[in-house]
Amino acid sequence: MISFFEFFVRFLPDLLSGMGMTLLLTAEGVLAGFILGLAATLARTYGGKFWRNLAIAYIELFRGTPLLVQVFLLYYGLPGLGITLSREWSAFLALGLNSGAYQAEYLRGSILAIGEGQMLAARAIGMSKWKAVFYIILPQALRLAIPAWANEPVSLLKATSVVFLIAVPELMTRAKLIASRTYDPISSYLAVAVLYLVLVYLVDAAMKWLEQRTRLPGLSAVNESS
Amino acid sequence: MINQFFAYILQGTSVTVAVTLVALPLGLILGLLFALIYNYGGFWVSRFAAVYSLVMRGVPPIALLFILYFLLSGQMVNLSPFWAGSISLGIISSAYQMEILRGALQAVGEGQMIAARAIGMTRLQAIRYIIIPQAIRLAIPPWSNEASIVLKDSSLVYAIGVPEILRRAQQLSATTQQPFLAFGAAALIYFVLVFLVNRGLDLLAEKTKLPASMA
Amino acid sequence: MTDSPYILQAKNLTKIYGENVIFKDISLDVKKGETIVIIGPSGTGKSTLLRCLNLLTPVNSGQIFLEGEEITAHGVDHDQVRQKIGMVFQNFLLFNHLTALGNVMIGLTKVKKMPTEKAKQKALHELERVGLADRAHHYPAQLSGGQQQRVAIARALAMDPLVMLFDEPTSALDPELIGEVLGVMEQLAHEHMTMLVVTHEMGFAREVADRIIFMEKGRIVEQGSPEELFEHPQHARTREFLGKISELYGKKEKK
Repeated sequence: MISFFEFFVRFLPDLLSGMGMTLLLTAEGVLAGFILGLAATLARTYGGKFWRNLAIAYIELFRGTPLLVQVFLLYYGLPGLGITLSREWSAFLALGLNSGAYQAEYLRGSILAIGEGQMLAARAIGMSKWKAVFYIILPQALRLAIPAWANEPVSLLKATSVVFLIAVPELMTRAKLIASRTYDPISSYLAVAVLYLVLVYLVDAAMKWLEQRTRLPGLSAVNESS
Repeated sequence: MINQFFAYILQGTSVTVAVTLVALPLGLILGLLFALIYNYGGFWVSRFAAVYSLVMRGVPPIALLFILYFLLSGQMVNLSPFWAGSISLGIISSAYQMEILRGALQAVGEGQMIAARAIGMTRLQAIRYIIIPQAIRLAIPPWSNEASIVLKDSSLVYAIGVPEILRRAQQLSATTQQPFLAFGAAALIYFVLVFLVNRGLDLLAEKTKLPASMA
Repeated sequence: MTDSPYILQAKNLTKIYGENVIFKDISLDVKKGETIVIIGPSGTGKSTLLRCLNLLTPVNSGQIFLEGEEITAHGVDHDQVRQKIGMVFQNFLLFNHLTALGNVMIGLTKVKKMPTEKAKQKALHELERVGLADRAHHYPAQLSGGQQQRVAIARALAMDPLVMLFDEPTSALDPELIGEVLGVMEQLAHEHMTMLVVTHEMGFAREVADRIIFMEKGRIVEQGSPEELFEHPQHARTREFLGKISELYGKKEKK
């Protein structure tokens, strides 16, 4: 029996080769999720009835089912409808769609917190609804959403691990390969857990830094009667 | 045919529900324990609880599940996949539930503890009769969210071969060559379960709410 | 454009929310350069009337004319109309993410499509008008209530409106900050800006208004010059209201 430390050092290069994919999936998922979440929130808050219902259906469906089921539905299920996606594409789409539903909720919360008064004042100087949304509401809502939103990259980083079940070559998949090679699953998964911990810590620190950078005087959970 | 589909996958539903019903209370008990020693314990046990929370919440549940599963079904302890998986999920959830309870305990505030001690209660009595009844009410909404997370995370025990909804869906997909229907049905069942859990706990929150607003 | 002596005219405006009649059959003619003060108990539809005049809230029936043209007609671009009618709110409603200068500029750059440099010059000029050029780079949260309201006035003025509507502009302010806002409004009146002001500041009404309108329960009870209204009110309800309000505010409003 070798010590865990030796084990960790010996297989670190092997594990690190999966880290790129994990980080890529996280970044792609956060970005795609941001675009989807923003679109869904705008549709839900300012869209007509059809768009509002569509957005609600999307958000509820993806928040109401396990990510793993979504991954399987895209990777194993869609070929049944004649659509075949690669492992990576399935993983990316599932993560993006899933994250989008959660990001939509963060944004909606902050749009509601800004209050109707800002929209009223913008309309009063002759702005159209969508101009008011883009120049007045969103610049405030996005800043306001940052503290809650800052958890999303970390939680998505952890969530990417489930795509090892469709064998996307990321961290967990590497750990599994090491486990089957060494017959020491506990050390293998402990090693990958240590790596995840380090990554989570780094992403978290980056988010805290972002939070500091985007702070504006007086602009935190603004409340006002309209 | 759709009926048979659902009937087959529904058999997995009872397993999913069972996993959740083991994991959630286990997580609650452990979480409460950790929250209490964090808030009221001495320096070292309090530090230990804090590190436990940070580490457990910093690692993906699936990675923890594998570590715990292999620990619980090894030579020393040898549990079935169902029990090993359920207990593992419970341990994972305990860190998240600890945070929820810790926040609730803190929100009740020092004043309540001081007032309880002032009428002659011991520290334990104050926690038991004054702090906890208030904290539980505050914790219900975030706890309800955690309950649906545990329910959704129960799909992870698929990976260690527990015959829950997703495993059933996969078997069905293989035998019928209808993957979209099989996994679609699984998604639908989860959706209904999550919906029921959220609604049920909303009702509980409504019922236990104290008159007037609580901070 | 029709030749009309009136800048703003309202004919038989009625506003109903569900079962509640907010106001009924209100008609109003506003001459160029006139300062009209609307007084009356709270909940009598004064604020809603202002919002309707600015098309922020639709009326149920009646017509509104701006420079002789009907703005309640079908197909009228509401955003265009609102550029010409400035509005100042009770709770300021400055854009929280923009500095004072940014607040005044954004209508110019995004609505009027003015080049940034030109917009900046104009915005600075408007801030100077309200005496806040030195606060241009402060965010709303860094300004006092009185200063915020003056920025809000500058923001509305920057659009070069034909009429300014003031919806209780001082009622959210601490007493010691009311004067600076009323001072700016008084100066605007002297510059012959056309203004419609809903307020409880009787001193301002008496000294600055050309005409005072007393509204109650969704109707115009009485209107006339300050002398007519304050010294010889025709209606018992007007006398009662004026009596109550001077009791409440005492001599404070005498600046």
